[in-house]
Amino acid sequence: MRERLLKPFRAKGGVRVPHHKNTANLQSVVMPPPKQVVIPMLQHIGAPCKPTVKAGDKVLVGQVIGDTEAYMAAPVHASVSGTVKEITSILMPSGAPVEAVVIESDGRMEKADCAPPDVGTKENFLKAVRASGLVGLGGAGFPAHVKLNVPPDKEVDTLIVNAAECEPYITSDHREILENSWSVLSGVYAVKELLGIQRVIIAIENNKPDAIQLLSEIAGKEYDPKNEVRVMALKSVYPQGAEKILIRSCTGRKVPPGKLPADVGCIVMNVTSVAFLAQYLKTGLPLVSKRITVDGSAVQNPQNVIVPIGTSVSDVIGFCGGYKETPKKILYGGPMMGTALSDDRFPVLKQNNAVLAFGEKEAKLKEPSACIRCGCCMYVCPMNLLPVSLAQASEAKDMDKLEKYRVMTCIECGCCSYVCPANRHILQAIRLGKQYYKEHGKAGK
Amino acid sequence: MTEKLYVSSSPHFRGKNSTARIMGNVLIALIPAVVAGTILFGWRVLLIVAFCNVSCVLLEYLCRKVMKRENTIGDLSAMVTGTLLALSLPVTIPLALAFFGCAVAIVVAKQFFGGLGQNFINPAVTGRVAMAVSFPSQMTDWSLLNGALDAVTAATPRAPDGQWTYLDLFLGNVNGSVGETCKIAILAGFVYLTVRRVINPIIPVLYVGSVAALSPLFGQDPLFEVLSGGLLFVAVFMATDYVTSPLSMKGKAIYAVGLGVITILIRVYASLPECVSFAVMLMNILTPHIDRLTVPKPFGASA
Repeated sequence: MRERLLKPFRAKGGVRVPHHKNTANLQSVVMPPPKQVVIPMLQHIGAPCKPTVKAGDKVLVGQVIGDTEAYMAAPVHASVSGTVKEITSILMPSGAPVEAVVIESDGRMEKADCAPPDVGTKENFLKAVRASGLVGLGGAGFPAHVKLNVPPDKEVDTLIVNAAECEPYITSDHREILENSWSVLSGVYAVKELLGIQRVIIAIENNKPDAIQLLSEIAGKEYDPKNEVRVMALKSVYPQGAEKILIRSCTGRKVPPGKLPADVGCIVMNVTSVAFLAQYLKTGLPLVSKRITVDGSAVQNPQNVIVPIGTSVSDVIGFCGGYKETPKKILYGGPMMGTALSDDRFPVLKQNNAVLAFGEKEAKLKEPSACIRCGCCMYVCPMNLLPVSLAQASEAKDMDKLEKYRVMTCIECGCCSYVCPANRHILQAIRLGKQYYKEHGKAGK
Repeated sequence: MTEKLYVSSSPHFRGKNSTARIMGNVLIALIPAVVAGTILFGWRVLLIVAFCNVSCVLLEYLCRKVMKRENTIGDLSAMVTGTLLALSLPVTIPLALAFFGCAVAIVVAKQFFGGLGQNFINPAVTGRVAMAVSFPSQMTDWSLLNGALDAVTAATPRAPDGQWTYLDLFLGNVNGSVGETCKIAILAGFVYLTVRRVINPIIPVLYVGSVAALSPLFGQDPLFEVLSGGLLFVAVFMATDYVTSPLSMKGKAIYAVGLGVITILIRVYASLPECVSFAVMLMNILTPHIDRLTVPKPFGASA
């Protein structure tokens, strides 16, 4: 086992956040189909899909209900069997309106005809990945077939499987490794073979010793005689799982601002994405359900739940025993980078890995006071930026300073706001600055 | 659902650090200096410290009230200023003059510029310099209230005449500002602040180090230069002020060496007391420029 463990490179910055991995030792539970699911047509970065069904249509689990001609997209599938009730427009947590298909479940979960896809060539493999509806399941929702379609001029030698899971509370990737370890490995080999990648690094934060040991053991020599698949135990420092930081920790390479991992010879895939891909190649059943961590001070029975995509947050929390106290903040994802919801009727999306509900005590933010220039934000910034100066430039809408301090390099990890002794909303200001820069910046930059 | 939810930009959790906690740690780090000052110079030290604290907090409260801004005395920064100022005064200082110093520090140097975080010069240093130039004789009246030495008209610790030993200088058994003479107490505060990660040791270490390294070039005794005057106290508690020192490590290094150079130049070529305070004020003014020249290179960027 020892020799399969790689030593990580040191990355700068980051913060030690409390882990709160309360659900790490609980077996995931499959949630029965809810009465109704709402499936948005945009669950990825890129162009939204168009509904391919209409009200009254009967649908089966895994049937395509939305697709588009656009390249930067992934099709959307029915997650329950039943009848399409309506095609409607809903607001996403960001406030953007999006089309959604509402399906009334018949409770039978009948599957559409699924057959293992033909993945003989790279072209067919990418087609199959697109057809599976897979997007980056770590949270970003980047269409997987786009990520895996590396331009021929870029040579990728390393596949990094991201199992860092550095956000507090979330344990869905951890449970995926423990419960589906063989899928993880066969997914790793599938991607490795089809893209001709020499080495694979499965990167896990060292607060998950059981996952590290399990994967190191089963990635043993019988299956991997050339010792090309290795496990790396990373320090538990947030944001270890952020793509650029992960690449730095795993390979020592730095992705320059505005560049992609492929520019430094790497592809990073979330561990659950990899495991899903293996299952899809075996069964042909597209992405219709998702394991999410349901936790937080306001949830009665925190646990990992496998839910049909489109299930409402209130149904999911209802399945976990309901609210223990009046919820004051509900999040998609973890407390560091998650999105706050204005309501618990939002549907669970493909790329969600957690739904957290908190009571008044955790939810309430402290009032910001004056910046004392302590520099903490700067010391923890993994991108080596000057968050305080960026926030000031954002507030002043100072284009020259936003440019000089490289506002677009910010990965929005939130370490700056987390450490700020004056409770200033530094990242919020920087986000506004990024938006301003995009709208008013020099073209082509 | 009927209950309204909080919606905010991530991160949704915050660390436990706070401005009051940082300032509280600085106050704790100053306790040894207060205790040592009281032992060396007598009970009046406590009176001066208490008086300056009350004055600073009161002035801060009134300023914010008059300016119709939110009350900020809870962040404890006024108490830090008051304590620092008190510890840099001679034990004989009349309370009215101490009040003048507090007013300059809090009202002029701090609140006129917008309060904590906006002042470009350290308030305590400003108050101290204003007192030194306005009341030079009272500020250098190094008479002792009690202690081993009864020589009231003894030389100031910046003018050795063979009367002091290094040990005296180190233990603080000399005349001087009440909090500045006992180097052990200052070092205890330095260790505390460093261990609690309130300050980065780079500024005090490089400041004191550069003074020591430069003194032989000017024909001075490095050990005496380091142990005499207010150097150690200012290096640990005033030069490290977040608001008025550069952000980046490189910036802090430039700032600290600049302090060392100015200090030694004033000590050798000028006849001013308060050389370290003037050095801090000068470098405070340069801080925004140092910050501008030392923007760190972003992750993965080539330039």
